Amino acid sequence: MFTHLLLISIAAPLVAAAVIASGIPERLAKSVAVFGFSIPALIALHAWYHFPVGIGADYAYLMAYNTGLHELGINLSLGLNGIALPLFVLAGLVGLAAGLYAIQSGAERLKTYLALLLVMQGGLMGVFASVDIFFFYFFHELALIPTFIMVGIWGGKDRGYAAMKMTIYLTVGAMLSLLGLIAIYVKSGAENFDLITLREAVLAQGIVAGAQNYIFGLLMFGFGILVSLWPLHTWAPLGYGAAPSSAAMLHAGVLKKFGLYGLVQIAVPLLPSGAAHWVQPLAWLAVVGNILVIGFITIAQRDLKQMVGYSSVMHMGYAFLGVATLSSVGAGGVVLMMVAHGLSVALLFLLSTSVYHRTQTFDLSEMGGLAQKTPVLAAFFVTATMASIGLPGLANFWGELTIFVAAWAFSPLLTALAISGVIISAIYGLRAAAKVFFGQPTEALAKVLADKPATDLRWSEKLPALILIAALFFIGFWPKSLSTPLNEALESVYPAKVVTATAVK
Amino acid sequence: MSPELIQAAANNHWLAIAPELALGCLALLLLVLEIFLPENRHELIPTVAITGQLGLLLGFVWNLRGAQFVAFETFNGLLRHTQEGQFMRAFFMLTSILVCVLGVIALAKQKMPKTEFFAITLVVTAAMMLLAQCNHFVLFFVALETVTVGFYVLVSYFRTSPLSLEAGLKYLITGALSSAILLFGIVLLYGVAGNPTLPGSSAESMNFNALRLFLESNPDNFLASVGIVFVLAGVAFKIGAVPFQIWIPDVYQGAPTPVTAFLAVASKAAGFSVLLILTKNVFGSYQTLLVPVLSVMAIATILFGNLAALTQHNVKRLIGLSGVSHAGYLLIAVIAAATQPLAAGAVYFYLFAYLLASFAVFGVMTHLAGANDADQDLDHYTGLAKTNPFLGAVLAIGLGSLAGIPPLAGFMGKMLIFIAAFKAGLYTLLAVAIVGVVISIYYYFGWIKSAYFSTWTAPLLEGETDTRPARTPVSLNAGVMLAALAAATIVLGFYQGAFGEWLLAR
Repeated sequence: MFTHLLLISIAAPLVAAAVIASGIPERLAKSVAVFGFSIPALIALHAWYHFPVGIGADYAYLMAYNTGLHELGINLSLGLNGIALPLFVLAGLVGLAAGLYAIQSGAERLKTYLALLLVMQGGLMGVFASVDIFFFYFFHELALIPTFIMVGIWGGKDRGYAAMKMTIYLTVGAMLSLLGLIAIYVKSGAENFDLITLREAVLAQGIVAGAQNYIFGLLMFGFGILVSLWPLHTWAPLGYGAAPSSAAMLHAGVLKKFGLYGLVQIAVPLLPSGAAHWVQPLAWLAVVGNILVIGFITIAQRDLKQMVGYSSVMHMGYAFLGVATLSSVGAGGVVLMMVAHGLSVALLFLLSTSVYHRTQTFDLSEMGGLAQKTPVLAAFFVTATMASIGLPGLANFWGELTIFVAAWAFSPLLTALAISGVIISAIYGLRAAAKVFFGQPTEALAKVLADKPATDLRWSEKLPALILIAALFFIGFWPKSLSTPLNEALESVYPAKVVTATAVK
Repeated sequence: MSPELIQAAANNHWLAIAPELALGCLALLLLVLEIFLPENRHELIPTVAITGQLGLLLGFVWNLRGAQFVAFETFNGLLRHTQEGQFMRAFFMLTSILVCVLGVIALAKQKMPKTEFFAITLVVTAAMMLLAQCNHFVLFFVALETVTVGFYVLVSYFRTSPLSLEAGLKYLITGALSSAILLFGIVLLYGVAGNPTLPGSSAESMNFNALRLFLESNPDNFLASVGIVFVLAGVAFKIGAVPFQIWIPDVYQGAPTPVTAFLAVASKAAGFSVLLILTKNVFGSYQTLLVPVLSVMAIATILFGNLAALTQHNVKRLIGLSGVSHAGYLLIAVIAAATQPLAAGAVYFYLFAYLLASFAVFGVMTHLAGANDADQDLDHYTGLAKTNPFLGAVLAIGLGSLAGIPPLAGFMGKMLIFIAAFKAGLYTLLAVAIVGVVISIYYYFGWIKSAYFSTWTAPLLEGETDTRPARTPVSLNAGVMLAALAAATIVLGFYQGAFGEWLLAR
């Protein structure tokens, strides 16, 4: 039973989705969905609690299944190392929160909605549990497809356009990264997609420098599109603005981390000289484009959901900067930041939707004074905003701090620019919180509230929010629980830092 | 004559082509039944055709492991039995069964004689099965013509529909042209390889083995090169590769939907199985000629197919043109197959995934078509997912697989082709293929969009009737078939099992 734990975490949501799709009544479908979302979360927590110490970058819970393409070097090989573990936990927790929020949402055609969300959840667990980089890609796509459909059917304004734009951008990104992964498969000489085998092959005989340069370029732009690297980000705010809340939570919170995780776990360790070749453009795009340009655009937003979408694009800039340092400290910062950002952005999307249900608008200039009616919602929202700004005591602080420390050695100028981004996020974050919850309600809002008095968060909304808030505080006060296995893994796969020392000067 | 030859002539191993013979007999049986069965029992005829074929297919697969003729030549070298040939035979039988099931649904909407449709389908299938095992240009041409002539009739089967007749005429003219080119190529090869002054010449130069030996000893013969290009042109017509794709949109639109499916899947697959035999074995020593010709063809085919499909509103034209682009991806694998054994396996896998996905989509199309079979528009799909979730789901799975979206079988097919192409160093072709895949997302997704995403349609005014044809309710047989196709598409996407191992062992 316990040997197949990771497989179960992937299969459980998929089976639940199949059961719901077979046409059971809606009440039963809700209970099945609860199981489908809780099993992966419980397995993730179990794996975290029992994660062995002292295994370096080796994989725990390793298990390989032959799907028929063994000869080609493709196996369904599942396992967790210190880098994958934090994200696996993230996927489990955010999935559970998004699932619970969806179950109470009362969406039209709820059963289809839940089934698609469960397929997405299965894919997400698979992405971070895969040791085989083919299946890593495969599960990402499995999780991506439901997003398009969900945006198209349950989306908000401009959903048709948003769904189409997202589909085309993300397909381009996915295709480029697929080419990059095939290139690694062929050029490493391993003819195998298994990451462990690939690492051994690269250690024995690295990939030639010319090939490394173009493969890293393919992966950087392919993953870059998927993570919304400026100026390839335009799908993200549009898509998140239109996406139904649970899909946005899962996509912005977890699925988008696929590209960064790919860079940290696969691209940089396997292609050290290719990475060194590309770090300067990557760091500049990240800091100037994502942090500063998008930061200012975020300040200008009048729509709450668009603002959260843009802020998520902006925070990816810090993550890219951390990747560009090519150091184990920077990479560690990136992973911590991914987890923290995933939790906080999911929370923000959840709470924005709850705000919408009370105000019937996302327009910031039409809101105000909601805190008097809904104190708990206000408290949660302020907490999420603080987390997203990077206040100490919440998880995001550690990620950003570590990235800045690592980036200082890489380039003091870029670090200074990046730190000024924190001020930008404080401006838009606090201003949004103030506009929604404090001050006097506008006339339009007062009318809406008179028709339908705002009630505070119901328990069905509180529970998913509390899961995310608890995780944010837990990691904020005890980052060691994640960083110990993470550091161990990074220290042993980042010989890349030796290459950087010469490349940066 | 040597004693072995006499013995071979005396014993032609009829057992080796028993499935083909049985199909032919079944076709005759259908005609006999039509005469002897009373008029009101004629609906039995399709049932006999389908159950008969199912029995044949099951028996064939049952005997596959002990196939005694594999790796042998029979009928004096006319046929050569290979593992791949066995696979293609099963493939064509399966196609034929599916076409017959669709035929029952489509013919019910027409006032047409029905028996001939099934009889001709069976004969065409038998010819394709022989084509996949051919080892001699005489048999190659005869089998190919049997297929083509059968299709002339099938394409114009709805004889009261002007579009169907137009399609038949177009197919006849372009088909005759391509047969002429093909025949000219064969004659050139026959002539030059029979020239006794050249090394390696043979009196029996229509035979693939003899021709291969001749080409190996004359690597740069001009006449032979011209002949090869002409033969490739004839095959390119079958697979719908640019510049021999012009017939596709009109013929696909005019032909009855089951026949369109038959053309799209079986005719294309037959072309590719022959192309692999030719390029891998017979013309293998002319790689310097084959690679540029096929590469240009592949690039043009992928780009043309995808770009032309972008603007289509008639779904039959759309799927026809998207099928052109699939031929382009497959051509990449054919080129790679010269150096990468994996590529040939990729072609077979891709074809099988294409069969499953295409018939899923065509199955849905057949249910949505009205009495005017050529009029099938994207608008007719509006709201399909709401009114008929089953058909909507099957359509989405089929189209997703055609678009190459994981975890569906079509993605694995593309993945295998990409890996093979990368290993063979075909970077330009790979880049074009990626561009093609991205373009194709737009129209496949647009189709899914019209079935799934609610769009506003004008409410009917008083006295106005809905111009969209009524949707046929799904019968039990069709439902089981569609569900099986969809399920197989999903399962094959992440679990290839013994099939995958068989492919990689090529």
